[in-house]
Amino acid sequence: MRSRSTFTLLGGFAAGLMLSASFVGTAMAQDVTLSFLVDNTDASTVTVAQALADAFTAKNPGVAIEVETRPGGGEGDNIVKTRLATGEMADVFLYNAGSLFQAINPQQNLMPLTAEPFEANVIDTFQKTVTAGGDVYGVPFATAMGGGVMYNKKIYADLGLTVPKTWDEFMANNEKIKAAGKVAVIQSFADTWTSQLFVLGDFYNVLASEPDFPEKYTGNQAKYATDAAAIKGFERQEAVFKAGYLNEDFAAAKFDDAIRMLATGEGAHYPMLTFAAGSVVTNYPENQADVGFFALPGDDAAHNGLTAWMPSSLYIPKTTEHADQAKAFLAFVASTEGCDVQTAAVGATGPYMIKDCTLPADVPAVVADLLPYFQRDGGTAPALEFLSPIKGPALEQITVEVGSGIRSAADGAALYDEDVKKQAQQLGLAGW
Amino acid sequence: MNEATAAAPRSKRRTNSAYPSWFYLPAAIIYAALFLFPTLASLFFSLTRWTLFDATFIGFDNFVQFFREPFLVKGLVNTLIYAVMTSGLKVVLGFLLAVLLTSQIMARGYLRSVLFFPVLVSTVGVGITFTVMMHPTTGVINETLGLFGIKGPGWLTDPNLALFSVALVDVWKGVGLATVIYIAGIVSIPQEYYEASRIDGANAWDNFWNITLPLAKPATVTVIILSLIGGLRSFDLIWAMTKGGPGFTSDVIASVIYKQYQAGFYGLSTAGNVVLFIMVAIIIIPLSGFLNRQGDGA
Repeated sequence: MRSRSTFTLLGGFAAGLMLSASFVGTAMAQDVTLSFLVDNTDASTVTVAQALADAFTAKNPGVAIEVETRPGGGEGDNIVKTRLATGEMADVFLYNAGSLFQAINPQQNLMPLTAEPFEANVIDTFQKTVTAGGDVYGVPFATAMGGGVMYNKKIYADLGLTVPKTWDEFMANNEKIKAAGKVAVIQSFADTWTSQLFVLGDFYNVLASEPDFPEKYTGNQAKYATDAAAIKGFERQEAVFKAGYLNEDFAAAKFDDAIRMLATGEGAHYPMLTFAAGSVVTNYPENQADVGFFALPGDDAAHNGLTAWMPSSLYIPKTTEHADQAKAFLAFVASTEGCDVQTAAVGATGPYMIKDCTLPADVPAVVADLLPYFQRDGGTAPALEFLSPIKGPALEQITVEVGSGIRSAADGAALYDEDVKKQAQQLGLAGW
Repeated sequence: MNEATAAAPRSKRRTNSAYPSWFYLPAAIIYAALFLFPTLASLFFSLTRWTLFDATFIGFDNFVQFFREPFLVKGLVNTLIYAVMTSGLKVVLGFLLAVLLTSQIMARGYLRSVLFFPVLVSTVGVGITFTVMMHPTTGVINETLGLFGIKGPGWLTDPNLALFSVALVDVWKGVGLATVIYIAGIVSIPQEYYEASRIDGANAWDNFWNITLPLAKPATVTVIILSLIGGLRSFDLIWAMTKGGPGFTSDVIASVIYKQYQAGFYGLSTAGNVVLFIMVAIIIIPLSGFLNRQGDGA
């Protein structure tokens, strides 16, 4: 009796397995559904992903694309690494280029795309940031960005201010804005990642005075705490706090609060990446023309330029079962048609890293301020994370502490050097 | 596992167990697969530089690194403050509330369930709700204080306050459980003691101090140990409310470990877990022995 019931149970189980297997089998023969994992840090990312997916399916009716979202920041890094390690990664996924790309072990986890014809459309500068061990692994998603200061043009016009070319001019503007009863510098430390711009966005200025900093930094020879140019980012963040330029709720405000303050003219400056223009356009369309952008100024007005961020990239994990369809999707994204779909979805957010892609004539004000840096020779320098594989994971907590007066700039820089050391050891770099 | 199956027939002979040896097998397999193996594996991985993809053996470097972490000392101190503070408040408040709720008051059953309710709610939900309520400018707590002309502090954003704010929420959420344990302890005290003391002319304070408090000692031991362990490994509420911030000011050991894990330092964070395990054991085992001895003596 017992053995028969066990047998029935096993038999039923086996039949169930076969049944489900046959369902999967028929599904694959006719249609393919690609899973596509993106982060939801900014609303426009999901919008763009969905628009690309829809446009691709419209052209290729046999292939449906399902957009999945994940959180950004450290939590997102964790999800991506875990899913790659367990073989559960989506067929196509969006992740940073540069140092974070190096940290997901591309040679072992990702499908090399070097030989794919669509890689010829990708601009070289970008390709370098998704290359590991001589192979290219990604295509750019969305546009290049600038890291600097988004500012409210109305406040500037009302107070008769001009865009600062040096740090001293910037601080002088802050003083006038504060005197006029407005918030001079908006910070939003509840979203810790937003605190890093004073340090990361200053890299153009670091590179201008020390062109070999990235090599020395990667080789364990240059340190933030002891390098006269590199420590300035920390010092400036501290100076802004000490001068009392921040919004009252800087410690509790979130990214969305900061965008509201900036767009509606409660505050004048917000150190941010220009992708945030998408949030302004989406959430405050009527204020879109009031928000402009300038690069984080350094000491010398003659060397004023932008720290540029490469766009994130689309990758295909080695574990995908639909490599051909996934590659077809990437080819679509890496075409001028793909660029146009993205522009149609969220407007122009910056220069594309795909050859021959063009932007419409009427771009948002932030983008109009951003583009000249890219068009000028030597107007931009890549952020450090695209020139070196090491980025310390605790920077955002450290900059929160420095930016809210909990820790001094010198202390913060030294702490960050320790953090960088751990990351370098984890990556197994030589000389650490 | 082998040991378990080998030991079973012997014990069957000796104690004439009602169970045949195969009866132990499922539990032994589950135990080995879900508890024994991960424990041993984590001991191994704590000695490696682990990327999830491959592991390089590096001896005790992770432990050395872990103890050199600049935020670790802060995290250790915070963990102890948090554990002692939540545990102490739960003992005091739980006991007083239990005395109240075992007295002849109106709607006793309703009041007991209201007190226990926060225990049933999801910790992350509680954390998010209180984060909104504790917002320095738009939160309901500071707005209420504002009505009385008091400018409330940044409960979660002031580096000196954040940890205590979270600890208070933890107490609010956990005191119901402590109270229930105390209620069980108090109602099990025989009424004869109180009758005898009344005949001796004792007042309420004497009763409380000389009968209720000493005879509720087993309950006190349970509450202290449970809440201390809970406080030492506390993570979910802190993560939901401050993520260890602002900066590193409300970091506890568990959040330091989690951040290392997030950053991809898998070996290092495993080493941290081994350290946390040892630390909890070092504190709890002697404490438990001490308290139980005391309890037996009473």
